[in-house]
Amino acid sequence: MMPITVDFAALNLPSLAPVFITLIGALFLLVVDLIKPIGKVANIMLTMAITAFALFTVLGMGIGQKGYFGLFLVDGVSVLSQAIILLASTMFIPLGLTSKRFHEFEMPEFYSLFLFVVAGFQVMVSTTNMALIFVGLETASLALYTLIAMHNRDRSMEGAIKYFTMGSLAAGFLAFGTALFYLVGGSLDISVGLANIEKSGVANYGILLVSLAFMLAAFAFKLSIVPFHTWTPDVYEGASAPLAGYMSIVPKMAGLVVMIRLFETLVQMDVVWVRDMLIIAAVATMTIGNILALVQESVKRMLAFSSISHSGFVLVAILVGTTESNSALFLYWTIFAFANLGAFSMLWISRHKNKIFHSRFDHPYTKFSGMVYLSPVGAICMAIFMLSLAGVPPFGLFWGKFFLISSVVAEGYVVLALIMLLNSAIAVYYYVKLIVYMFLRDPSQNDRTLYYNNITPVFKFIIGVAALFSVFAMANVDWLLKFIYGYLQLSGF
Amino acid sequence: MSNILTTLLLFPVAAGLLGAFVSKENIRAYGISATAIEFLISVFAFLQYNPNTPQFQFVEKIPLIPDFGINYFVGIDGFSIYLLLLSTFMTFIVMVALEELRNIKNMIITLLFMEVTMVGFFIALDAIMFYIFFELSLVPMLYIIGAWGAQKRIYAAIKFFLYTFTGSVIMLLGVIYLGNAFHAATGVWSFSILDWHMLVIPFNIQAWLFLAFFIGFAVKVPMFPFHTWLPYAHGQAPTVGSVLLAAVLLKMGTYGFLRFNLPITPDASIYFIMPVAAIAIIMVIYTAMIAFAQEDIKQVIAYSSISHMGVIVLGTFAMNVEGIAGSIFLMISHGIVSGALFMLVGVIYERMHTKNMSEFGGIATSMPKYATIFGIVLMGSVGLPLTIGFVGEFLSLVGFFRVSPWVTALAGTTIILGAVYMLNIFRRSFFGATNEKTAKLRDLMPRELAGLIPLVVLVIVLGVYPKPILLPAEKSAGMLLELMYKKSIMPESKEKLMKFNTINGGKQ
Repeated sequence: MMPITVDFAALNLPSLAPVFITLIGALFLLVVDLIKPIGKVANIMLTMAITAFALFTVLGMGIGQKGYFGLFLVDGVSVLSQAIILLASTMFIPLGLTSKRFHEFEMPEFYSLFLFVVAGFQVMVSTTNMALIFVGLETASLALYTLIAMHNRDRSMEGAIKYFTMGSLAAGFLAFGTALFYLVGGSLDISVGLANIEKSGVANYGILLVSLAFMLAAFAFKLSIVPFHTWTPDVYEGASAPLAGYMSIVPKMAGLVVMIRLFETLVQMDVVWVRDMLIIAAVATMTIGNILALVQESVKRMLAFSSISHSGFVLVAILVGTTESNSALFLYWTIFAFANLGAFSMLWISRHKNKIFHSRFDHPYTKFSGMVYLSPVGAICMAIFMLSLAGVPPFGLFWGKFFLISSVVAEGYVVLALIMLLNSAIAVYYYVKLIVYMFLRDPSQNDRTLYYNNITPVFKFIIGVAALFSVFAMANVDWLLKFIYGYLQLSGF
Repeated sequence: MSNILTTLLLFPVAAGLLGAFVSKENIRAYGISATAIEFLISVFAFLQYNPNTPQFQFVEKIPLIPDFGINYFVGIDGFSIYLLLLSTFMTFIVMVALEELRNIKNMIITLLFMEVTMVGFFIALDAIMFYIFFELSLVPMLYIIGAWGAQKRIYAAIKFFLYTFTGSVIMLLGVIYLGNAFHAATGVWSFSILDWHMLVIPFNIQAWLFLAFFIGFAVKVPMFPFHTWLPYAHGQAPTVGSVLLAAVLLKMGTYGFLRFNLPITPDASIYFIMPVAAIAIIMVIYTAMIAFAQEDIKQVIAYSSISHMGVIVLGTFAMNVEGIAGSIFLMISHGIVSGALFMLVGVIYERMHTKNMSEFGGIATSMPKYATIFGIVLMGSVGLPLTIGFVGEFLSLVGFFRVSPWVTALAGTTIILGAVYMLNIFRRSFFGATNEKTAKLRDLMPRELAGLIPLVVLVIVLGVYPKPILLPAEKSAGMLLELMYKKSIMPESKEKLMKFNTINGGKQ
């Protein structure tokens, strides 16, 4: 038997640097708080520093390297998605700096768990190995369930448990789908497995179908694709507003990346039913999400359903599968991150423990009626986020939709493009409904402090940045697209 | 001054933003001054405009998203110059005549932003910019109708927003498709409308592109059967909203036909002349009949707007110089006349708090100045010769006569039907016995006179001497038709174009 020498250089540890930074940061915070509790502000600042550091490391990495015997992969998709994940995380964590005390942000575990979430998703997006994807997803999800429950209200527990049970089912699906994939493709690595399948001429068609159906279902849970979306509104409602905003961006980004790696290749291999399956899922998701959002009484639930609809939108990019559509996807998600975090932050600062407007909801539409007369700047910011999410030009998400639909039309899916456009016309109703409440109705109460209950200067800064980004998105689209396109083209997506 | 259009676009933006710092007491004077300056800038641009050439003037191009050929690209020609002037003028007039409202500061800032979107729309030569302002103009109008309107204002505002937005997303599909088609044909991205004018497209694609753009603009015009939002919007909107809606926003639709449908899809436009004409005839006759049946004076004028817009559409689709120049003239004249009518309705509503004609009567005795102005404007609306309304209607109809005498005969009833419902208003409101409410009415105040007199002067002056508007419009129409003739791919389209144009040779 020949001895096998393992070269330390083959591990290529620098390629793992961003993940290590968040992981070590998480453990470090755990240890520090064990020795001496350092309080909310210090924890938040340290967490922000860690995610920002990881973000800069990611942006500084050369792409195309592999580490850990090829298990770990730094390619364009992984860098871009890690950048979005880390950027959203860096913007999310200072939302804990409220003027009122909220239970979960006082607990040091929160920050470690949060960093585990980030690290888990980072692992998930930077590998093509199904086992590692599974590990990353479950690390992140288990920590995320806990974060939701830490909000410590009945509804949070309910949401966490719902998410946990649904998530476990999805995990089972993923494991089973992966096992079958291994059976057909002979490898846990997506690219190797798919290459083997292509070589064999898709011989084990039936097994492949079952495997993909299970995997699609698993990711559909995470992306809240219809019909696996039912947990979304309840979980978002149970989670604190910033965490809900965070969940509408980061886990989905990670899920989308895996779907790009797996399904786009299949679409390119001309496995027609995969494409048809994705078309049906995308159309159903955007339409049903929209229609359910129309009838909501709570702004938070409306945003939950609208985020389902947005998932449907970007799913289209995967089934189109060109470099243009992929760069539109990343552009869409970057702009969406700003607008959505801004909207959820607005909800968060208006959260009030004593003044209850509605027996069931924290943020019913009626709470915002006449807001423009009481706090005009806040109302205008919220209106900007709504117009951006609705895709009214020239605000933020219009550009995301524009480039996405352009890439769809370029590949000849004109009817699909029409469906997407009509869906944005439906969507405009529920976003404008909030504007109608804020600008056109008379105030239902005369207490302007309500809308700024939790505000601190940090919020003004974050909301200001998000609003400015949404208004002047046009100025950023050019360099963002160049940046994204460059990364994607280099790694062949 | 080559960057005068950018100045025109950015000045109200700055004025609107700075307006936030002006106190409530001074905001009205501030608003009037800002819109007056804006109007003067546009007059200045107009004085430098050379009416003898059909080319685009004051052109500016700054890349925004160069990789995708999306530019800040502006310029004006014979179609847009007067619509631009109309926008700045009407904003100034409504600002002068603005009634006392609550939250007047919000209203004035909103009006300034409204002006930005109108100016931006008429100077845009880039399809994306054009689309941005087309959509963005909905937002301030939503606020104006919804915040200052009557009882059912929120319903009306949302209906207005959703109708137009839905129409325009279909148009966006056309825009995106054309961008991709241009990319596929030439290898470069361009969203410049002028570049698209050069694009020759196969007929079946032209047909559905035509429909995509047509639906987008038809909702805005509004054309039957998408017109139902307009009476609601007018019925609920405050006077300012109605004036701007009728005078400027509706023109965005018909202007869109001239910028997109005719030059980009010439064969389809010629192919669809008759269906479009049928819709236009329905608009003319059907809505005129509805107008006659209304009790509410504002509804009468709202429906009469739709009726007149039918004639404008007909003129546009006459595909000859007379018709197109006539429709441009009619856009301007309808803007002035309907704006004045809505202001006059606002005046009486402020005094009597009702728009119901059955409660009026004998107003002419208590408000003689008001009755005189109403009478002149009414004649303009009916299309009496030597008033502004006559020239445009006459030319549009003459233009369409070359296409189809029968359709023109039907459309000609607009003048008779218009006289019927308008004179009916006049009889019921101004003549007859006064009742105890109308006997005590105060005549026009200086603020109202200041708003109305310029409009009345224009109604007469432009009726007597229409040439300043017609000359540039005819030049641009000639160039447009020449382009259509060159670009059309089907022989029968060329043949029809020749037939529709009385003056061959020079123009063709």
